[in-house]
Amino acid sequence: MSEAPQTEPRPDNGRIIRRLLLTVAGMFAFGFALVPLYEAFCDLTGFNGRTRNEAAAVSTHQVDTSRTVNVQFITRNAQGMPWDFKAEMNSVRVHPGETRVVNFLASNPTGSNMVAQAIPSVAPGEAALYLNKTECFCFNQQPLQAGADTAMPMQFYLDPDIPEHIHTLTLSYTLYDMTANATPDVLAQMAPAN
Amino acid sequence: MSTVVGEMDHHDHHHAPTGISRWLFTTNHKDIGSLYLWFSFIMFLVGGSMAMVIRAELFQPGLQLVDPHFFNQMTTVHGLIMVFGAVMPAFTGLANWMIPMMIGAPDMALPRMNNWSFWILPFAFAILLASLFMEGGGPAFGWTFYAPLSTTYSGDSTALFVFSVHIMGISSIMGAINVIVTIMNMRAPGMTYMKMPLFVWTWFITAFLLIAVMPVLAGAVTMVLTDKYFGTSFFDAAGGGDPVMFQHIFWFFGHPEVYIMILPSFGIISAIIPAFSRKKLFGYASMVYATAAIAGLSFLVWAHHMFTTGMPVAAELFFMYCTMLISVPTGVKVFNWVATMWRGSMTFEVPMLFALAFVILFTIGGFSGLMLAITPIDFQYHDTYFVVAHFHYVLVSGAIFSIMAAAYYWLPKWTGHMYDTTLARWHFWTSLISVNVLFFPMHFAGLAGMPRRIPDYAVQFADINQIVSIGGFAFGLSQLIFLWVVIKCVRTGEKAPAKPWEGAEGLEWTVPSPAPYHTFETPPKVD
Ligand code: HEM
Ligand SMILES: [Cu+2]
Repeated sequence: MSEAPQTEPRPDNGRIIRRLLLTVAGMFAFGFALVPLYEAFCDLTGFNGRTRNEAAAVSTHQVDTSRTVNVQFITRNAQGMPWDFKAEMNSVRVHPGETRVVNFLASNPTGSNMVAQAIPSVAPGEAALYLNKTECFCFNQQPLQAGADTAMPMQFYLDPDIPEHIHTLTLSYTLYDMTANATPDVLAQMAPAN
Repeated sequence: MSTVVGEMDHHDHHHAPTGISRWLFTTNHKDIGSLYLWFSFIMFLVGGSMAMVIRAELFQPGLQLVDPHFFNQMTTVHGLIMVFGAVMPAFTGLANWMIPMMIGAPDMALPRMNNWSFWILPFAFAILLASLFMEGGGPAFGWTFYAPLSTTYSGDSTALFVFSVHIMGISSIMGAINVIVTIMNMRAPGMTYMKMPLFVWTWFITAFLLIAVMPVLAGAVTMVLTDKYFGTSFFDAAGGGDPVMFQHIFWFFGHPEVYIMILPSFGIISAIIPAFSRKKLFGYASMVYATAAIAGLSFLVWAHHMFTTGMPVAAELFFMYCTMLISVPTGVKVFNWVATMWRGSMTFEVPMLFALAFVILFTIGGFSGLMLAITPIDFQYHDTYFVVAHFHYVLVSGAIFSIMAAAYYWLPKWTGHMYDTTLARWHFWTSLISVNVLFFPMHFAGLAGMPRRIPDYAVQFADINQIVSIGGFAFGLSQLIFLWVVIKCVRTGEKAPAKPWEGAEGLEWTVPSPAPYHTFETPPKVD
């Protein structure tokens, strides 16, 4: 082949192979890079209905009494989670800018101490950006002793910039059993009572 | 490069092994092409028999033959085998056989890697199939292995599934590298890029798609593996992950993957239609650009598989319009084929029959794809038999028909014999009728709301499913005719001339039939 007259100069095999292998490695890494990219994108846009995982600043906004938004609450247990878990009310009507507290009631009917984590999700997704929680049980793992019950507060307000067309939004919490993966400080909270 | 090729020739001439070791150690592109093609055909039959189990169970409402868990394993492994074991290796086999001969090269650029990329495949599928016999059964989460089905709710065989997908991926990537290097470096003098046959062009672009997305698939299965066995939570909300993200990653691979399974078909059809219309392909350059455009756009449409996951309207619209945009270059291709036939002196040999069926039936699949692309409509059709009808039109009467067209077109070149055309026509007509009896009624079942991947169904779907199952059994049996034709053609048959089709063009027809073990050791002159 090499004796044959070539019509154009060609890169040698090794170079092409190296570049292609580099692309393969790059795309493998890209697959994993999609994970943080996806999270950043969702946090930025609220696309998957995720609310921020840390406390927002207290509302300094003017309460917009001209509008009322219906905020609904849904609770569910992840598979295998035995707690009773519900919101003290199904929904609440709020004015944008107005701060409200809603309690979520949980009880641990089992005979052992457990730790739970609640994961929030908002529908429609775009509303997630305007739901500000100044305090929430979902920011931390929640310990509960065997047979005990508790009221867990969630304090929130809606950003007055929330788009006009959103009249109702739904905040849903899924409660997961995290006993096996509890953080040491949460376990320490539970220890003295034992 | 030249030294590698020289060495190989040396090896083959002086102590060419015989028997099994000829096939185990071969580095000859024609041998490896044949291995891929036979392997793919065996997988086609294995995957096909799973489809027969599925259709037998669905012949009547209620549960009769298999239990639901086994049914799920059948749909899952059927899908995996057909995609990774039948369609993709068949294309790689065709690439191995035809690309060197079409560009005037003596072999593939990397013959030893070629041997490896084939021989790891049987192991991958042996592992996958063996997992069906494990306690708890094989994978049962669908070929799309959505989390949490594949993480939280999957069986012990998941590790084997992951391992076998890794091997399949490595094999595809090696195959793709080989194709790219061969096309870039082994073209005969004068064979410029824009003179390459479209089969070469479409494979060139497909190979880049493979390089880009197979590693992403590897990443996805790896994340499933670590989520299931090593305590990570990529897809587990409790640990801060997100199961919907799985679908984004999977379909970022998955949609380009469906084009990997159709672009080489476009190349085959673009070779066959001009040959039997006795006209040059209409719009060669536009075909090349349309292929590249389809490949590029295929990265921007993945979420059309996820319209019902609760994406915001803006994203739904973006993916809807991008998806519709893809049908423009696809349409260009269909129009070019029709324009090639326009006022041609057409004859209807078996490869042409399959090619014509491809054009019509693939277009039907394209239209149902367009319907699915309309977001509000997809809310009704998603996860119903309408989707099953769509992708079987593009994959069975599309990709697989094109592979059969290719086999009938090049069999005389491969074997040196003409095949039994009467039998081949029987194969065509039985396949054509049964494939439509099999898949067309699925559209109606889907429109009426029958969900996919369910072993039982409401009684009002009974008649449709009975017809579909009968079509399924008939299609399955028809493929045995194909096996018969091929075996008969390998063993006997009228001697084929170097160019059995008078209108055919391309370097492969300048060598004798059967193609000698070594071709183009001195490169041909292309002008
Ligand atoms: C005009 C071109 C096409 C359009 C607009 C289109 C559109 C779509 C859409 C919107 C879906 C998702 C349906 C749902 O799950 O609700 C889909 C599914 C699918 N399409 Fe296409 N498609 C096209 C061509 C193709 C081609 C050429 C292939 C393969 C050769 C293909 C293979 C598939 C497969 C395998 C699925 C289902 C995947 C699964 O859920 O298991 N499509 N298509
Ligand atoms: Cu797609």
